[in-house]
Amino acid sequence: MDAHILQQLVRDRAEKRATVLATRLTDGMQKLVYPTDKQEEKWLIEAVSQVLASDRGRIVEGPDGEWFLNPFNPPLRLILVGAVHIAQPLARIASLAGYDVTVVDPRTSFASEERFPDTHLVTGWPDEAMAALAPDARTAIVTLTHDPKLDDPALHAALRSPAFYVGALGSKKTHAARIARLAQAGFGEDEIARINGPVGLSIGAKSPAEIAISIMAQITETLRK
Amino acid sequence: MSEALNHDNVLEEAARWQAEGRKVALATVIETWGSAPRPVGSQLAIRDDATFIGSVSGGCIEGDVVTRALETLESGKPEILEYGVSDAMAWEVGLACGGRIRVMVEPVKA
Repeated sequence: MDAHILQQLVRDRAEKRATVLATRLTDGMQKLVYPTDKQEEKWLIEAVSQVLASDRGRIVEGPDGEWFLNPFNPPLRLILVGAVHIAQPLARIASLAGYDVTVVDPRTSFASEERFPDTHLVTGWPDEAMAALAPDARTAIVTLTHDPKLDDPALHAALRSPAFYVGALGSKKTHAARIARLAQAGFGEDEIARINGPVGLSIGAKSPAEIAISIMAQITETLRK
Repeated sequence: MSEALNHDNVLEEAARWQAEGRKVALATVIETWGSAPRPVGSQLAIRDDATFIGSVSGGCIEGDVVTRALETLESGKPEILEYGVSDAMAWEVGLACGGRIRVMVEPVKA
């Protein structure tokens, strides 16, 4: 690998730009390919878009021999709505798992630097915050406030987005009431069924850290299975 | 979260080593069959003193990969290595999990 390719790849990762390192296996020739590159050959752009979408490297047959395509996607994102106790261990665990974590809560006494060091905090209202964050197919969203005023607008935005995971903290009873409100707001059964509620895998979690583990496990399961 | 806790900074570390004037090689899993321990795309960065970061297996073949990667610093040419099932009784390098993997090793050229 040429040093300038390595440096560009490190820059792309720092600037959160999706790219694919393409290596021709017959002679080791390498280049970085971007899915939006208009100059690049069509077969390569198609293959590059495919490996980025699947987030899995693979060998493809090109017109000039085998190429190894290694995708470098920007980090997965996790948006937590509610800077509550559970959000603290969840932000840390998700960060360890490689996620870019954003915590949304307009209550600045909750969403404080002291409670969430090194975490991206957004103190706007969830509807505005979600519009600005624009969740995509590599984003997971979990609402944690228990307060419909904060959770519901975030869930509306989540269900209108292609987010790969949507979870909502709350008991079965709370979730039933939530489903009723969402139905009244015009969301269909299939849309509402995207919400994992009660959130997390059933592992008997009790403490905030244990609940965070169960949520992170379910996000991982949804992503990988 | 501090960088030290982020295990996915293999390329950043490689670039940093090189900026410090060290020679650096990379190893990348390019193909797997069966129950391979690390997926395609997994990487290892190797410094000229055999210090390494990242992984291409569960620790089964890293020793050999490091040696072969250091050799590419001399030759200047990438190589493709293949590892299969090891016989636990023999002292050969291989994967105890029963998988098979191909690994590309390459020097980073200044």
